[in-house]
Amino acid sequence: MSTDITSPDITAAAPPHRGRRRRYSQLSRSDKVWLSLMVGIPSAIHIAFVWLPAIGTIMLSFTKWDGIHLGTWTGVGFKNYWTIFTVFDDKFFPALFNNLILLVFLAACSLVGVLLAYLLDKGVRGSAIYQSIYYLPVVLSLAVVGFIWKSVMYSQSQGLFNVGRTTPIDFLGNSQKLFEFHVPFLSFPLGLTKNFAALLLAMAWRHIGYVMVLYLAGLKSVDPSLREAASIDGCNEWQTFRRVVFPVMKPINVVVLVITVIEALRAFDIIVALKEPIGTTVLGVLVKNNLTGEGGGQVGIGSAYGVILLLLCLGFIIWYLINNYREQEL
Amino acid sequence: MSGTTEQSPSPRDVGFSINRRQVLIGGAGAASAAALLAACGSDAKTTPATTGGATGGTTAGTTAATSGAAAGGEVTFGSNYSDAKPKEAMQAAIDSTGLKVKVNTTDHNSYQGNITNYLAQPDDVLCWFAGYRMRFFADKGLVGDISDVWSKFTDFGDSFKTASTGNDGKQYFVPLYYYPWAVHYRKSVFAEKGYKVPTNKAELVALATKMQADGLIPFAYANDGKWPVQGTFDILNMRVNGYKYHVDLLAGKEKWTDPKTKAVFTAWAELLPFHQTNANGRTWQEAATSLEKKEAGMYYLGTFVATNSKDQAYLDDLDFFNFPALDDKIGADALDAPIDGFMMAAKPKNIEGAKALLAGLGTAKAVDAFLKIEGASVAANGKADTSGYNAIQKKSQELVSKAKNIAQFLDRDTSPDFVSNVIGDAFAAFVADPTQVDTILKGIEDKKSTYLS
Repeated sequence: MSTDITSPDITAAAPPHRGRRRRYSQLSRSDKVWLSLMVGIPSAIHIAFVWLPAIGTIMLSFTKWDGIHLGTWTGVGFKNYWTIFTVFDDKFFPALFNNLILLVFLAACSLVGVLLAYLLDKGVRGSAIYQSIYYLPVVLSLAVVGFIWKSVMYSQSQGLFNVGRTTPIDFLGNSQKLFEFHVPFLSFPLGLTKNFAALLLAMAWRHIGYVMVLYLAGLKSVDPSLREAASIDGCNEWQTFRRVVFPVMKPINVVVLVITVIEALRAFDIIVALKEPIGTTVLGVLVKNNLTGEGGGQVGIGSAYGVILLLLCLGFIIWYLINNYREQEL
Repeated sequence: MSGTTEQSPSPRDVGFSINRRQVLIGGAGAASAAALLAACGSDAKTTPATTGGATGGTTAGTTAATSGAAAGGEVTFGSNYSDAKPKEAMQAAIDSTGLKVKVNTTDHNSYQGNITNYLAQPDDVLCWFAGYRMRFFADKGLVGDISDVWSKFTDFGDSFKTASTGNDGKQYFVPLYYYPWAVHYRKSVFAEKGYKVPTNKAELVALATKMQADGLIPFAYANDGKWPVQGTFDILNMRVNGYKYHVDLLAGKEKWTDPKTKAVFTAWAELLPFHQTNANGRTWQEAATSLEKKEAGMYYLGTFVATNSKDQAYLDDLDFFNFPALDDKIGADALDAPIDGFMMAAKPKNIEGAKALLAGLGTAKAVDAFLKIEGASVAANGKADTSGYNAIQKKSQELVSKAKNIAQFLDRDTSPDFVSNVIGDAFAAFVADPTQVDTILKGIEDKKSTYLS
């Protein structure tokens, strides 16, 4: 025991057996305090501001509440979900489908962004100018992007896309569908409305630049000797990218993927900023409309929409984590 | 604009042209103010008791005794008159009462969006709108009964008293001013082409047809934000079914699938070809411009239609007429004329002072001081000084005083939730494709019970 006295941090702890003591001895007592603080404080904040509200939302989704007096909620079981899937099905499913379209579309935009980044990285003449042009929209919030496209591009009376037309095109008000298809259990068709397509265009304007800058930064950091080696081995352009550059860029690829999915699920600001034209609703808008605003709202139904959105996000997050950890172990 | 549900404009929202930059800056400010408001509201666990409505008479004595000593007679006043000119006008109205008032001004968008949280810890007196939006809070016990203040009012017409009365028959609201909805037109266009103001359906259709033949769009039309066409529904329902049916329908007592309701949409579909196409993607300001440019002959909108114009010749040329009767048995004596005014907190800190302030704001002196600066709306008080009114203000007053019933506009006459989640989309879908009327009406009726029960 005399050896223990020389290291006070261990005597303070409950008498441990030998194996554990050796492992713990690498951290001093203050290390441990700092570590627990550094882990504990963010965890506490995370739990308090993310998970407690999330659990609260889940609980509220099983109640009927006007949001005015605390404690006046009454449990209604799964009725809110039932209402969403039966009475509000013509709002919910088109919104879900719009989120899905957004995901596919933004993924395509990401690919364009990657392509642009690759071309610019090749040292095109005036690449700094191109970079600035593509990057410019990224500094704007999506709401501002919406305002710009609404008044400068799409306006029926003064929009750039309507200049010189005798019968102006109603880009943002036209909810006719570009394509539609029937789903067996729904009484109405799902499809892509023309005004949502117009919004997609505005979003692409920003998203492509965003992905391009991220990817460009990544490409700059790729070791040139890798490419040299690839070309010495006789790889062509595509093979070099697919077999050498792309795998090296894995961290950036993951970031781009995550950003694309998050943008697709949370996209809501541009739609709200444009006063929610019909046919452009996404899940986030439904959550907002039922929870906030005058009159207290339908907290139960709004929460139920929120829970559905949470489950969709969780699905992606779990898939991502599993994938990520599995590769780290290998 | 920033995250709040789009609603029909309050007179002060549309009374002055604001440039785009101000809107954007205001939006950013609104977001942070909203967060603050929301934070305050949710911290306040001491929500007012549900019996708030009954506190008026019984606790008045004790409350006044304690607060009178503590606050020194100061009254707090929650204002959403956040733009420069309306803010100044409201201050002038308050000053005219001679009371010691502490004004807390909040950006009007966040004020409206966070009203529920705000009412958990409100100021003694606060700004609000008449109609369902007032009665809703009265029913919840969130605002105070001011029937004793009303018992001393003599200057208000009956329609204003009705508009200030809650479902329990007590008064909760003091009106300040209003603006009516009517059919606007340019006198010069009517004179040049020999058009006459229509007084019945046949004349209206004949006029619209003639305008089309003359290369004019009969009615300018817009629906950006999904509230403007609600005005069309209001007036058609009041002309086809009358005021009583209109308010009953909006209160959830009548069915949207009823043949009487469908008749409104039939009339709407009949008139729709006379309206500007692609309404859903157009702002009312753009539609108003087509009236100004003589591309359209008429525009059914609130009297704020010309507030964005600086052209005095146009303003002098502008006139309006009451929407004509569609059914002689129903007539044309009801219209939309949203009223803005004040409510009292359910449990004000200084109840005597709050009531004195409300009584003061209900006087002709207060509204005169307000309109002297604001200069676009019309005083609710019957004894207000009308000598400074412009032609539109004078005509508005005449129109409304002749009306037997005044509706507040659809989103003020029913649950705002119901409007923003159901009606807005439904009407926009109808304007886009009137043939879908049956599906649309069934959709509204199915969803109604979630919001109105």
